[in-house]
Amino acid sequence: MEELANLFHGFSVVLQPYNIMLMFIGIVLGVIVGVLPGLGGANGVAILLPLTFSMSPTSAIIMLSCIYWGALFGGAITSILFNIPGEPWSVATTFDGYPMAQQGRAGEALTAAFTSSFVGALFAVIMITLVAPLVANFALRFGPAEIFSVYFLAFCSFIGLSKEPPFKTLASMMIGFGLGAVGLDQVTGQLRLTFGFESLLSGFDFLIAVIGLFGIGEILLTMEEGLSFRGKAAKINLKIVFQTWKELPRYWMLSLRSCLIGCWMGISPAGATPASFMSYGIAKRISKRGKNFGKGEIEGVVAPETAAHAAGTAALLPMISLGVPGSPTAAVLLGGLLIWGLQPGPLLFTEQKDFVWGLIASMYMGNIVGLIVVLTCVPIFAAILRIPFSVIAPIILVLCAIGAYTVNNNAFDVVMMLVFGIAGYFMKKTNYPLAPMVLAIVLGDKAEESFRQSLLGSQGSLSAFWANGLVSTIMTLGLIALFWPILQGLWTRLRGAAGLRAAQ
Amino acid sequence: MSDALNESGGAGPSHRGVEIGVAVFMAALALIGVYGSLKVGIGWADEGPQAGFFPFYISLLVLISCAVNLVQTFTKSDDGALFASWAQLRKVMSVVVPTAIYVFVLTYIGIYLASALLIATFMRWLGRYRWSVAIGVAVLVPVLTFFMFEKWFLVPLPKGPIERYLGF
Repeated sequence: MEELANLFHGFSVVLQPYNIMLMFIGIVLGVIVGVLPGLGGANGVAILLPLTFSMSPTSAIIMLSCIYWGALFGGAITSILFNIPGEPWSVATTFDGYPMAQQGRAGEALTAAFTSSFVGALFAVIMITLVAPLVANFALRFGPAEIFSVYFLAFCSFIGLSKEPPFKTLASMMIGFGLGAVGLDQVTGQLRLTFGFESLLSGFDFLIAVIGLFGIGEILLTMEEGLSFRGKAAKINLKIVFQTWKELPRYWMLSLRSCLIGCWMGISPAGATPASFMSYGIAKRISKRGKNFGKGEIEGVVAPETAAHAAGTAALLPMISLGVPGSPTAAVLLGGLLIWGLQPGPLLFTEQKDFVWGLIASMYMGNIVGLIVVLTCVPIFAAILRIPFSVIAPIILVLCAIGAYTVNNNAFDVVMMLVFGIAGYFMKKTNYPLAPMVLAIVLGDKAEESFRQSLLGSQGSLSAFWANGLVSTIMTLGLIALFWPILQGLWTRLRGAAGLRAAQ
Repeated sequence: MSDALNESGGAGPSHRGVEIGVAVFMAALALIGVYGSLKVGIGWADEGPQAGFFPFYISLLVLISCAVNLVQTFTKSDDGALFASWAQLRKVMSVVVPTAIYVFVLTYIGIYLASALLIATFMRWLGRYRWSVAIGVAVLVPVLTFFMFEKWFLVPLPKGPIERYLGF
């Protein structure tokens, strides 16, 4: 029960007035970030990261993680009221959320979305509270080969589980590793790939990449599509909230299933977006009212929102226990840890108790605060979207530039941000996924270091990764994830053949 | 082909062409990576793998995946899809060009003045706002950012002659 004591200690940290204030600021900023086009969770957190440089790490992570929760909540507002997903993971919410708003049931849809987000997040946080210390404890025994195998598993599941073409995922990921390798070699201390350019000495900062790829790239895409926002009015009052709350417990089975899908997809780096689609798809197949899905069915809002929020939260489990982020936003938070001078990885649980348990407690508190804020302030947030894009766009550009500059106080970074932005626009249009690239830039140095260290131990033989049961298991899981689409194809063909034979 | 033209409202570069362009560009990056890795050594030294060891194989993987992607683009029949219409690309450029100017001048004239100019240009040019509204927003946003970053969170931003004149 040491964990419980630690958790209560975490709550005592979070409940300090200063931290509660930061939590509110974080949630409000996060919802704005989630509502605005061109500002997503990952690059919203990246832009606001410099604000935390002068804070203590615990206060900083509370504010930044609350921005993340806020962004997760915010995505639902635009999906339901405007039929525009503010975040990729809320695309599935538009299918039934917007029809509900058209029928004048916007309040009901929003309450259902926020409440199920909350339930999903709460489920995932409880899971993190119970599982994360165990995982971290287990991972303390990891040597370099085991650490590399965990990275290997993470990156392989990206390739195998992503809906983009596998070789495009691979290309984007490897370019990320390449960009991460530029600059000083961590092991030998030698300079590489700088070609004599002074501005490349410190390499490519992943925060710049995040702000460019996700922020600027998204603005260019929005500009091209020429969006005009025409939304439904948002009216939420206590009566609707309580009515919906009375109705929601009926869908407990659906919620539980969506929570499990979300947690599973969140821990593997597939992320919140596929989780929301998968949960929606399964709900549609299983539900008695499945054929009404898409016409404004409340279950069609509950399923994707629960799963997306559970996945978004669960993505932090590998981040705090292993140092492997499960999503781009988690990667940015991990980058924050490095900037605040903390070493991510299993040692956090023993060396930085205040920080870890403060973070976990802030997940509970942040989601409660978030639920209250969004339920009470929906009309205000919806009004933000009525500001025309020609006003919002330059302001977002300015914020991105400020964010990029403040990372290293370097004006060249702002130029790089624009370059990344244009690259992001082209990559997105040609179906190259951006998340693996960002994760590869973040983890490049660490992955390379553990890879080279394990090779050193085995004199350059790859057998280091099959040296004991643990590392071989993780590596094999990685290979299974990598070839998952092929294995799945084989399996269905085998089953199909067996079925045919049975029929004959 | 004519259908595709009508649907997206005008001509433009083909999706296939851009797809090939992106793959070739990535392959070029990878070749730079291979060259750079070879320069620092990709083999083994006394202390283990040399600095170019990891980036070399990374770049090779990029080259392989670009080759596969190119082959897939060529073997698929061209469906005549557009990447974007010229009108759409013009809109994209109307963001890229001012932003490019913005990121280059902000070291010289300071981020606040540059931001004010960027916002005013955008609102006047793309949003067709009255000058009074455009200038109002263009002044308000930098002033707010000044207080938020320099005063409350103590994060210094690049300043130019105007800020120096005002004594910051």
